[in-house]
Amino acid sequence: MQHTLSLIVENKPGVLARIAGLFSRRGYNIESLAVNTTETPNLSRITLVVNGDEKVLEQITKQAYKLIEVIKVNDFTGVPVVERELALIRVKSDASTRRAIIDLVEIFRASIVDVSDKDLIIEVTGDSEKIDAFKKNLEPYGIKEMVRTGKIVMERGLKL
Amino acid sequence: MQMTVAEAIIKYMQEEEGIEILFGYPGGAVISFYDALYNSTLKHVLVRHEQGAAHAADGYARSTGKVGVCVATSGPGATNLVTGIATAYMDSTPIVAITGQVRTSAIGKDSFQEVDTRGITMPITKHNYLLKDPSEALRIIKEAFYIAKTGRKGPVLIDIPADVFSSKIEYSVPNKVELLGYRPNYEPHPLQLRKAAQLIKESERPIILAGGGVISSDASTELIKFAEKINTPVVTTLMGKGSIPEDHELCCGFIGMHGAAYANYAINESDLIIAIGVRFSDRSTGKVETFAPHAKIIHIDIDPAEVGKNVSVDIPIVADAKRALEKLCEIVEPKHNPIWWEKIKEWKTKYPLRYRWYDDEIVPQYVIEKIYEKTKGEAIVVTEVGQNQMWAAQFYKVKRPRQFITSGGLGTMGFGFPASIGAKIANKDKIVIDIAGDGSIQMNIQELATASAEKLPVKIFVLNNSCLGMVRQWQELFYNKRYACTLLDVAPDFEKLADAYGAYGRKVTKIDELEDAIEWALNINDAPVIVDIKVKREANVFPMIPAGGSIDKMMID
Repeated sequence: MQHTLSLIVENKPGVLARIAGLFSRRGYNIESLAVNTTETPNLSRITLVVNGDEKVLEQITKQAYKLIEVIKVNDFTGVPVVERELALIRVKSDASTRRAIIDLVEIFRASIVDVSDKDLIIEVTGDSEKIDAFKKNLEPYGIKEMVRTGKIVMERGLKL
Repeated sequence: MQMTVAEAIIKYMQEEEGIEILFGYPGGAVISFYDALYNSTLKHVLVRHEQGAAHAADGYARSTGKVGVCVATSGPGATNLVTGIATAYMDSTPIVAITGQVRTSAIGKDSFQEVDTRGITMPITKHNYLLKDPSEALRIIKEAFYIAKTGRKGPVLIDIPADVFSSKIEYSVPNKVELLGYRPNYEPHPLQLRKAAQLIKESERPIILAGGGVISSDASTELIKFAEKINTPVVTTLMGKGSIPEDHELCCGFIGMHGAAYANYAINESDLIIAIGVRFSDRSTGKVETFAPHAKIIHIDIDPAEVGKNVSVDIPIVADAKRALEKLCEIVEPKHNPIWWEKIKEWKTKYPLRYRWYDDEIVPQYVIEKIYEKTKGEAIVVTEVGQNQMWAAQFYKVKRPRQFITSGGLGTMGFGFPASIGAKIANKDKIVIDIAGDGSIQMNIQELATASAEKLPVKIFVLNNSCLGMVRQWQELFYNKRYACTLLDVAPDFEKLADAYGAYGRKVTKIDELEDAIEWALNINDAPVIVDIKVKREANVFPMIPAGGSIDKMMID
């Protein structure tokens, strides 16, 4: 099962290497990774997507906590969250296909950020499923390149 | 007060941490540190290989409970420490390793004697640092000691570039350590304790499993008091040996691959395991799926990650062993378990630790028994790794914590001798013995020069079977007697070797020379001694649970 973990860590050199090293040597595979600073200057947030059952996840969490620079580990599995990934997709496009692609971009609330006579770069944000769906819709036109970030999540304020 | 980082570290270690001794080896990147040491009262023991420094610091730490410190230069100096640091990490012993690094401006350029020490030691340290900013030196050294000796203890490394060592700083030690992500929990949860007490009350066949954590938290007295109150048998892990005197009536030996059969049977048949400071290692449990199938488990450990890692636990108690045992002892009701004890006594009578006798050659287990007898069970026993280690564990009954020192987790051959140097330096009034094999002793034999230079009368007893006995034993039992690369037919003459190093040496080839040689060795007070005892090559360690096997598949002999 896929789990999204969010680690609050001290923003110090080598902290990502420690976490990556811990995961690799204990045999946990990282599916997706996003790292950046937080609202507090000396803290960073690392958002990870990992696979494993409850037992594996419990160990991952505990082992991560053992790292001195890891302050907090949250498992967002089953928690209502806002979840986002961002992708840049370079898709083949000429005069004959441009209109159709623009329609798709509008439907998905994506945006065109670069135009040339042969292709377009489209920026899209959303959860993984939305980006997967968008990509699938673009495939018939020919995707030349895609860059996709790791997932970031934030817990929703209202508990329903 | 202005001083160099090197001077500040030395001053800090002496004044704030009470460090009296360093084990190390100089080199280019640490030359300013050694220069500062030159004017200092801090004692430095010059080892002959950096691995020896790490093991000696470890032996010092294990035998005292204090933090051991080792020093090495950059590159090969640091990589030579690695095995020693990993050994300390696996057995949770508090050491601080200080390594030199190339100048800050040379880092990352594949400079002479440059290696990524922080990267290499990340998985084998509790924490490590690359000290680039001299103004952080005192904060980092203070944190390093704090991390090493609190919570689940372990090695911490500080990698310091050559130019940082000689940078001038103001000597001002931070008042306290502030680590947002490090707050070990010492106090047991009262509700968990009550649940544990209830399980203990309901159990019919309870057993206490004491590990290295009991020794590490100085909880031996509390353990004995607790065990006596509930009249429950105590088995230990290899690392827990000494947590209860082995001649105590509640002590039932150590469990595991080569543990006593009665200890293994007892834990396997128990209905409740009260595990304290253990990590249920594969060498202790055998096949984990079939380990103690009827038992509920109460697991007391300072490290939350150990709870549920290898076995499922019914009542986890994350706490310091000493405090948890104190509190648990207050609330448990006394019990007697007479039927259970009858069963255990039956196993003890039926399956005592015993060994096969050979008339033609000296039997190694007998040697251990004689050493035990001649030292009245009082010596600090350090071991190498392999058959020698297991025989020492089986036949040298220790009386107190920190009396049996062995590389349990990493299983490091070559650990024993340098560790015994560390132990002897810390315990001048005690006899320190290294039980060795002819394979292991050759792995750090160069430390004879260190021990001779320091006039340390460490007693090395080499159980010389002219082979790598433990692997030979596996080959005999499981590989059709195909002795691939395990027979050491060419070996040094240890007697002459001792002489060459300024130590004492003696050979024993006949059983009637043994006692005299042991007594001779024990009476030497001014230099290390090697007693090279030719023992039966075919002598094996039994009982044995084959790797990956269940306790009920134990081979008795």
